[in-house]
Amino acid sequence: MKAPAFDYLAPTSLAGALAALAEHGEAAKLIAGGQSLVPALNLRLLAPGILIDLNGIGELKGVSVQNGHLRLGAMTRHVELERSPVIRQHAPLLAEAIRHVAHPAVRTRGTIGGNLCHADPASELPACMVALGAWFTLAGPDGERRVPANAFFKGVYETDLGPDEILTAIEVPQAGTNRRHAFLELARRSGDYALVGISCTAEMDGDIMARLRPVFFAAGPHPMVADHAASVLNGRKPTAALVQAAAAALADDLSPEGDLQISAHTRIHLARVIFRRAVARLVPEAGLDGPQEVAA
Amino acid sequence: MSAKLDTTGPTGLSELDRPNSYIGRSVPRPNLTRLTQGRGQYVSDVVLPRMGHVAFVRSPHAHARIVSIETAAAKAAPGVIAVVTGRELAGVCTPWIGVLTHLKGLKSAPQHPIAIEKASWQGEAVAAVVAQTRAQAEDAAELVAVDYEELPVVTDMETALDPGTPVIHPELGDNLAWERLHVAGDPDAAFASADHVIEATFGFGRHTGVTLEPRAVVADYNAGDGRLTVYQATQAPHMIQNILAKHLDLPESQVRVLCKDVGGSFGIKVHVYADEVATAALSKLLRRPVKFVADRIESFVTDIHARDHRVKGRIGVMNDGTITAFEIDDLTGIGPYSMYPRTSAIEANQVVNFTGGQYTCPNYRALARVVFQNKNVTCQYRAVGHPIACSVTEGLVDLAARRIGMDPVEIRRKNVIPDDAYPCQSSAGMKFERLSHQAALEKLLDMMDLEALRADQAEARRRGIHRGIGIASFIEVTNPSAAFYGVGGARISSQDGVTVRMDAQGSIHVASSVTEQGQGAEAVTAQVVATAFGVPIERVRVVTGDTDNTPYGGGTWASRAAGIGGEAAWQAGKVLRGNVLSVAGAILQAQAENLDIRDGLVVDAETGRERMPLDEVARIAYFRPDTLPPGVQPEFVATRHYVPKRYPFAFTNGIQGSYVEVDAETGFIKLLKHWCVEDCGTILNPQLVDEQVRGGIVQGLGPALYEHCLYDEHGQLLNGNMADYLVPMAFEMPDIEVGHVSTPTGESELGAKGAGEAGTAGAAAAVMNAVNDALAPFGVVLTSIPMTPERVLRALGRV
Ligand SMILES: Cc1cc2nc3c(=O)[nH]c(=O)nc-3n(C[C@H](O)[C@H](O)[C@H](O)COP(=O)(O)OP(=O)(O)OC[C@H]3O[C@@H](n4cnc5c(N)ncnc54)[C@H](O)[C@@H]3O)c2cc1C
Repeated sequence: MKAPAFDYLAPTSLAGALAALAEHGEAAKLIAGGQSLVPALNLRLLAPGILIDLNGIGELKGVSVQNGHLRLGAMTRHVELERSPVIRQHAPLLAEAIRHVAHPAVRTRGTIGGNLCHADPASELPACMVALGAWFTLAGPDGERRVPANAFFKGVYETDLGPDEILTAIEVPQAGTNRRHAFLELARRSGDYALVGISCTAEMDGDIMARLRPVFFAAGPHPMVADHAASVLNGRKPTAALVQAAAAALADDLSPEGDLQISAHTRIHLARVIFRRAVARLVPEAGLDGPQEVAA
Repeated sequence: MSAKLDTTGPTGLSELDRPNSYIGRSVPRPNLTRLTQGRGQYVSDVVLPRMGHVAFVRSPHAHARIVSIETAAAKAAPGVIAVVTGRELAGVCTPWIGVLTHLKGLKSAPQHPIAIEKASWQGEAVAAVVAQTRAQAEDAAELVAVDYEELPVVTDMETALDPGTPVIHPELGDNLAWERLHVAGDPDAAFASADHVIEATFGFGRHTGVTLEPRAVVADYNAGDGRLTVYQATQAPHMIQNILAKHLDLPESQVRVLCKDVGGSFGIKVHVYADEVATAALSKLLRRPVKFVADRIESFVTDIHARDHRVKGRIGVMNDGTITAFEIDDLTGIGPYSMYPRTSAIEANQVVNFTGGQYTCPNYRALARVVFQNKNVTCQYRAVGHPIACSVTEGLVDLAARRIGMDPVEIRRKNVIPDDAYPCQSSAGMKFERLSHQAALEKLLDMMDLEALRADQAEARRRGIHRGIGIASFIEVTNPSAAFYGVGGARISSQDGVTVRMDAQGSIHVASSVTEQGQGAEAVTAQVVATAFGVPIERVRVVTGDTDNTPYGGGTWASRAAGIGGEAAWQAGKVLRGNVLSVAGAILQAQAENLDIRDGLVVDAETGRERMPLDEVARIAYFRPDTLPPGVQPEFVATRHYVPKRYPFAFTNGIQGSYVEVDAETGFIKLLKHWCVEDCGTILNPQLVDEQVRGGIVQGLGPALYEHCLYDEHGQLLNGNMADYLVPMAFEMPDIEVGHVSTPTGESELGAKGAGEAGTAGAAAAVMNAVNDALAPFGVVLTSIPMTPERVLRALGRV
């Protein structure tokens, strides 16, 4: 469990990091918090020739509100999402979700850029970013480009990020005052990656549900937007029967795999359970939070 | 930092209740400050001149012939000192066979420190690379090219004995390592006449110990004096000394084993591991120190696994609740070899020995079969066999109660061996000196407030929330005599020794053959000696884990350090007190019998009046012996050994309770609360006992819900890492309340029995019964652990 030998570079500017990335190409690996990368190195799953450390680059840090949008530098640590009042105000979903990501020690080092670029399909933040309609800024040799979150995640550990690009910032659009959110996950132990999870936002027009956006994680190769399920509820008054029908539609939205913990089939079952619970939380006034089924 | 003493008084002791007694007090462990300041010395801290680091090339296949090993590229890699194959190492180290003669018919194949002909499980070492650093050794290990010819793999223990299944060791004839049939009373008649016979099949997943500190050894063979010094995280230094001497062809006196700080053992570190012997052999071969520290990934495929049992159980019961018979058919897979030297048949043997042992029921039939398979080896891990025997027994008893509509508490009240029936013997032939099932049960019900719990359960159920209450009584084997291993021919000492010595300032140096694994053995030893001799505990210094400098003894396993090592310490302390008082008497011209040592002073026994300080006695004895009367020769050192003789084991007992909530939609189980009452006899240190019980419970709850070594049909371990092998963490664990009943053993003056495995023995059984109570409205019963969400949902028919 010792990493193979590698070279190490610690640039102090984004330009320096991009230049180094251009120079070393495929042999290079960016290191942010190291919480996913270093285990992979020690397990010898990866053997990069050189690590380019992003920790010394000021441009990648900081949380701010610009033109009403929340801007998160890629090197924002998990712990900042947890503690920052600005985030709690502008994106309470992130503040809630981050407490389910790993344990305090990992959250102290782990960065949101690293988390999003790692693109674990069971990871909470990618689903939250898709639910919130976030935009990612990618810097490359030819300048910057902006990509919507749902186009960034391509597959299992696969993103739109080019080998010569660096994720620099995430922008979360301002939410309407009417916006509600719910976050739920089922994990075997506190801090584990979820068996399945849901991150969703919605608005209510009176008692009519509008713009419900349920995004699942650990339910497919990347964050899975449950459009079919949402369409059952959007524009209608949520009732237990409708929620049940929407949950049934999840089979068309999700494509989970089985793993050591749970079968694909059971994942769908659990996704339905947490979907119903999430909607009940979104509209507490609808009184959907009835008792669990009581045995005959 | 000076830790404060707990001032709660001794727990009703008699002859132990000396003035200033530390017995029964929560004395902080003497090594606390050192460890919390990061000044511990673990094996990985040991650095010696010219030390090489070994990394093993391990078989990726569960069963494969080693066709060839190409080492040239690895030998040429930076920093490499040597690349050694099994065949080369066989020149300095003989193979072993893990059998014991009292387990009749137990067979196994010769095992080498490094595999020679074939690898028999995924993770078995096939070559060793020694380099200047571990990283270099790992780099070079990747360059060793091994050509394997894959062999058919035996993984499923259910089919291991089928005629069509390949035999792992053809020379043994079949895959059956051992078989035992035990019959007591007349089980057939008892089942035939029972009002009800209930059957169930119980499953126990493979799991492992996951010590915080991995296995580690530094072996230093000094060719100059022909001596091997081994620093090893082990529970049994003298056993390691004996075995290394035997297989490396050295006299025992030329092997010194040192065991400094150990980061948890739980049975993982009481065995002889091929890679650890290989490290010592490499040191002898290369004539230089070699260090091996297992990393977490190799720990998962080489640290012994445990359990992996399938038990078909039957219970016969009358309508009035009388249990008439127990029957079990136990099948267990142990990997390709029986482990050395304790063997891998002991767990099955203990399942046979302990099932039904709480109850008066005289009719019992047990069959145990132990089979080989191409998975990592299994062997003794904390509470060997106990959780299996307890879960089967207590699961069956709950099923019987349910069938006849009796309260689970009532059926136990009716059937446990009464507290006034001792001494007696169980249907499996276990001899019980004195247990306290009835008192423990009543105490547990008090602590749980069963009526309030049942009210809460009923109220929650009306809201569609499914909570359940489970109880499980257990017996625990502690303080083993030679009956465990010695009688089977293993050179594993069941006696322990303690030497105490007074220095020139009146402080006491203690050398004990029991070992400190983090459990507090040194603290208990210091308490006992301080009390027996009569000094403040700050004046007692304890040394353990050094075969050159401690008496010969067994070490720490089977919950014996306090009960056996403690008694030796007590007796040695008393002898030293007598020796010192006889000299003090000569100086004071008083009768030694009229003097005592209290709080570091020689006093009048009657009045407690000070006569002289200890350092004055020491000063005269050591520096002015010329002033002593003729014929007085101070002997300020004493050694005593101890082993229980009347009973082969000191059985203890206890009972656990669990309160759980099952989410019937998700299959998730939440542990709301856990209780344990145990009876370890005299409680030497309440805090250490309570934490042993709590830690033991956590190691029982883990396998109940989370821990499971998952293998595929090719014999590949699928979850051998800390992300996928789920060890419970603080968040998952409930609050655990511990209570005691105290029934001292009459074998020793201290009366202490063991407490290290009580928690693990009954935890899973209590939780299983609680889960089944929660799911009772659904008519569903779970009998396999771990009880995962997937298993719960399947049982409920939800998926
Ligand atoms: C015990 C444990 C439990 C965990 N549990 C969870 C969990 O429940 N949920 C969860 O989501 N995560 C979990 N994680 C992962 C954790 O959140 C990581 O911190 C995160 O996934 C990676 O962030 P990092 O900053 O450490 O990235 P690193 O490990 O440094 O990098 C990860 C990858 O991203 C690339 N990268 C990093 N930054 C950039 C950038 N700015 N631009 C382009 N590429 C970049 C790296 O090259 C690398 O490939 C867990 C980790 C551990 C150790």
